[in-house]
Order: sequence, then C-alpha cells, then structure tokens
Amino acid sequence: MSAAEAPVIEAGGLTKRYGRFTAVDGIDLAVNKGEVFGLLGPNGSGKTTTILLLLGLTEPSAGTIRVLGLDPLRKPLSVKRRVGYLPDQIGFYDHLSAEENLAYSARLAGLASAEANRRISDALARVRLSDVRGKRVATYSRGMRQRLGLAEVLAKGSEIAILDEPTSGLDPQSTQELLELIRELAADGVTIVLSSHLLAMMQSLCDRVALFSRGRIGLIGKVADLTADVLGGTHVVEVEADGIDLAAVLKDAPHIAAVTPLRAGRWRVDADADVRADIAHRTVQAGGALSGMTIRQSSLDEVYARFFEGEDHDQAA
Amino acid sequence: MTRQREGSPFAGLSTVALKEAADHMNSARIHLVMLLVILTAIGSVYAAIGQIKATIGEDQFLFLRLFTTAQQPLPSFVSFLGFLIPLVAIALGFDAINGEYSRRTLSRVLSQPIYRDALLTGKFLGGLIVIAICLLTLWLLVTGLGILSLGLPPGGEEIARGLAFLFASFVYAGVWLAVAMAFSTLVKSPATSALCALTLWLVFTVFWPMLTPLVAGAVAPVDLLDPMTAVHQIAVQQGLARISPNVLYGEATLALLNPATRSLGLLFPSQLSGALMGAPLPLSASLALVWPQIAGMIAALIVLFTIAYVSFQRQEIRA
Ligand SMILES: Nc1ncnc2c1ncn2[C@@H]1O[C@H](COP(=O)(O)OP(=O)(O)O)[C@@H](O)[C@H]1O
Ligand SMILES: [Mg+2]
Repeated sequence: MSAAEAPVIEAGGLTKRYGRFTAVDGIDLAVNKGEVFGLLGPNGSGKTTTILLLLGLTEPSAGTIRVLGLDPLRKPLSVKRRVGYLPDQIGFYDHLSAEENLAYSARLAGLASAEANRRISDALARVRLSDVRGKRVATYSRGMRQRLGLAEVLAKGSEIAILDEPTSGLDPQSTQELLELIRELAADGVTIVLSSHLLAMMQSLCDRVALFSRGRIGLIGKVADLTADVLGGTHVVEVEADGIDLAAVLKDAPHIAAVTPLRAGRWRVDADADVRADIAHRTVQAGGALSGMTIRQSSLDEVYARFFEGEDHDQAA
Repeated sequence: MTRQREGSPFAGLSTVALKEAADHMNSARIHLVMLLVILTAIGSVYAAIGQIKATIGEDQFLFLRLFTTAQQPLPSFVSFLGFLIPLVAIALGFDAINGEYSRRTLSRVLSQPIYRDALLTGKFLGGLIVIAICLLTLWLLVTGLGILSLGLPPGGEEIARGLAFLFASFVYAGVWLAVAMAFSTLVKSPATSALCALTLWLVFTVFWPMLTPLVAGAVAPVDLLDPMTAVHQIAVQQGLARISPNVLYGEATLALLNPATRSLGLLFPSQLSGALMGAPLPLSASLALVWPQIAGMIAALIVLFTIAYVSFQRQEIRA
C-alpha cells in the first residue's frame, strides 16, 4: 500500500473500560484521506469516547491507534497540532470576545500572531461571524458558538477535523447552515470525522459511516451499501391498494427486495431502484385499485433499527 | 512502562500564565478583594504612623514599625496581611481547574498541542504573577506613605528587611494559592471548592490557635515533678501550631521586622549568655532564623501543588 493510500486514522481492537463498564469494546476503524466519516449511534454508545481516544485525550485500555501515522499517546503534540477538534457541548471563555478566544487557542497552538490574526479573520468570515467578532461570547447563541468552534478548527488549518455532535441542540436552520459549512470544509480536502445520534440527518453528508451500538461497531461502510445489505434496497415505496395481494403481484418483479404488509391494503416495498411505474402497472394489471404511492430513500435509522433488532437500546450507564 | 514524552511539557506555559494573569486583573472578583486589602492596609499604616511619630528618634528601625505597629482598635499591617493574603490567593485559585470543566472549555484547550502540565502550572504562575504585582504595589504604597509622613527615607537594612518580608509574604500567598488550586482539582464544583478553601482558612486563622494548646495538653501532659515535661509540652504545641502556614508566616515576619527577635522557640538562659537584651540581630542572623519557616512554607507549597498535579493528570477530560 503506498503512503498516499494509507488511512489517515486507523484503530485496531480499540477498547476503553471505566472500571467494570466497557465504553468502547474492541473497535476496528480506518478512515481514508479526504473522507467524511460518520460515527453514528444512540447516546451512550461510545462515540465520544472513541473520539477522545483518537485525540489522545484519554488512554485506551487496549488496542492501537494511528492518526496520520502517529500514536497519539506517544506523539500527542504532533497529533494535536494537525487535528482540529470540535467537542460536544463546546464552551468558550464567556468574558472574552470571539476573536480573543480564537487568539488564545492560536497562541497555544504556537502560531505567530500575524499569521494567527489572518487565519482568524478568514475563519470568522467563513462561518459568518465577522460582524460580531468583537462581542463577548456570553452574548452568543448556541448556533453561533458551534460555528465559532468550527472557526477554531478552520483557523488551526487542520488536516483532520473531528466534530462531536456538531448539530446537537441546534434549530433546523442553524443545523442546515452548519452542515453546509462542514460540506465546504470537506470540499477543501479536509478529512472529517463526525459523530451524531441523528442518523438520517448525517447520511447525505457522510461518505462512509460506522454504526455504533453499546461500544461496538455493528456495521461500517457506504450508506448505500449498508441500506442495500441490511434492507435489501436503497428506496422505500409505500403502496396503498385494494383488491389484490401486493406480495403475490410483485413476486417476480425486478429490483424488489422485500414486500412487507403494514396493515390492510397497505405495503412497504424495499427496492434498489425507483420501481413506482412497475408497481402501478402490475397492480392495475392484476385488477387492483391503486389509491396511493410514496417513495423515499431508505434511511439509516431503518438500517439501524433492522440491524440491531431485538437488542435493548437503553444504554443508561 | 516509562514513556518518553514528546516535546516540552511546558509548551504553552507562558501563554496560559499571561492569559490567566490578564483575566484576574480584569475580573471584578479580584478588584473587590484588592480594594479590601488596600483600604485595610492604608488604614492600619495610617494608624501606625500616628503612633510612631511620637517616638521618632528613639528607634533605629522606624520604618519597620510601619508594618508592625498596632494602634487600637486596628491590628498591625502584618496581622492584616496574614489574615487577608489567603483570601486573595483563594479568590485567585479556587476555580482554576473545576471552572474549566464547568465552562466546558477544558477539552477544547487540551486539544491544542499542549500538555496538562502547562495548563496547571500556567494557571499557578498566572496567579503568582498577580500576587507579586499586588504585594509589590502594596509594599511601595506603604513605603511611600511612610516617607511622606515620617519625612525620612528608609535605611539600607530596612529596605533589605522589607524585601525579605515581601518575599515571605509572596511564599505565604503561594501556599494558599496551591491550597485553592488543589481544592479546584479535587472538588468538582467551584462553589464547593471555594467553601473548602475558606473553611481551611477559618480553621487556621481562628480555631488552630485555640486547638493546639488543648491537643498538646492531651498528647504531652505535664508532670509536676519533671520540669522537662513542661518543655516537652511546649515543643509539641509549637510543632502542632507550625502545621499552620499562618503561624509560619507570623514567625517569619516577626523575626524579619523586629530585628531584636533572637529565637522563634523556647529560649534557655544559656542561649542568652553574653547577649544584650533588646539589641538588634544583624540581617544575616535574622534570615538564618526564619529560613526554616520559609523552607517549610515552600515545602508545603510543593506538596500541595503535587497533589493538584497528580489528581489533574488522572482526571478524565469529561466532567
Ligand atoms: N468517565 C467515565 N466514567 C464512567 N463511565 C463513563 C465515563 N465517560 C463515559 N462513560 C460511559 O461510557 C459510555 C459511552 O459514552 P460516550 O462515549 O459519551 O457515548 P456517546 O458519545 O456515543 O453518547 C456511556 O455509557 C457513558 O456513561
Ligand atoms: Mg457523545
């Protein structure tokens, strides 16, 4: 494998125990350069712990980690110099302005002040906080703080940005704004690792995802592959019709993975293509009365629910 | 397993120290405490001046009297300092670490390329910088007031003793800053750590002087037939009292500002043979006398800082 192809983040058998409780249980992970990689799973499934392990901010109980080819425990300063981190529930020094907060981080990162000022101005402009850069952070809304955190990652000029629950607690508009900023960051070639418990929201953003459950990664891969593997299709069509049995009608139709009755006269069809025309045609041919049909992309929530079916997802520790 | 750490543990130290110092200098909390200190200082020195003016010409160390003279109902400047310095230090340090947790800034700061060492030490240094500035200002203020009101400049030895006193005060403040910072790492909530530090302060300023004779009496009872038991009891009591940094500081200032002080413990007649009662000791002798006290305070400071350090290194970054 050539150097250019080597993953920028690699974890093998990574385990973190807090006393008896295992928060991260032997996960294997590889993130490639320039990827947007999602760590997805419900609260308490070990995403934040994984992130802290990757950054060397907590020590693993077992397993190996390589970030940009370095061990974050042995070379913490080199790793932290090149990796930006947006913690969940981010906090700033409220009595300082946005600019002063970023200037402090930049000094800690060892940037010369002229260079730091330039980068901070650019970063604040990109997250659209230039107008309020001199205001105390105490006056900032949740969305503005989150954007300020992203500005810090930008100003650091990181090769990898690790974002923990970047959209949690934001209103829909701020969420869209933030996702847009993350897309721009990815377009610049920055490798992005983000965690979220909102699976469906992240599926359009992530190149690949790892689905977490109780400290383990259950599934890892491209969203489309996961939906195809677990649900059998990338599209879900809901059909309302009378006078037929849809499962029998669609028995040998192409592209269709599963037909599940929901209630009388209503079915869910999993397919790997848009099969609405075919369904309508076959329904009418079989003498049924089609009264409604909707299509949507299969969501990761369904993948998650199907894959971890039967497991108890209450993970209060 | 020994692990060679990469780079300097103190990368970012000066950045943290300067930011902390600047934060303190701008904080209303510190302004309030400093105002209190300066007002009481001026009050006590002003009162002392009135007293001293009556005895001008009789005293070789007139300037040092500014610090030690008490005029009823006000205590002397040094007593005030012994009482108030811990308060300033606690105000500077009680939320040093747990404040970072409760503001949720810790993980963001530690994701920058620095070690925890730099954060903790930087905060300690930042506090020390502020303390040094405050004490120096106070010292200059008192000296200036003295020159203006007494109309004569301090002598060389008085300045030297004054500086030694300044240093002792600085170390004493350092001990209490270390106390406050240790509580800020051991206790999760800033309000609780402030209460803990203030409780310790109360114990040492109010209850310790009452407790030590009682405890010494119980531990080393006096046998009326053996006079050495009485000496032993006093030694025990003094040993106990010296656990308190306030006592160490009090003894150090006594010997530095009263050149006539010959001993900080029991004095036997044999030790006084040939001594001129009331004659001042040379500065070097006074310094030798207080050295154990100063060293004791420095040792306490180091132990307390180590406690804070070890507890902080082991802490999970998530509150
Ligand atoms: N310091 C700690 N001590 C004990 N348990 C912890 C500690 N930190 C986290 N945990 C537990 O580890 C589990 C995983 O937490 P976390 O990684 O934060 O999950 P997520 O980020 O996916 O919500 C949780 O059940 C949490 O309660
Ligand atoms: Mg989390």
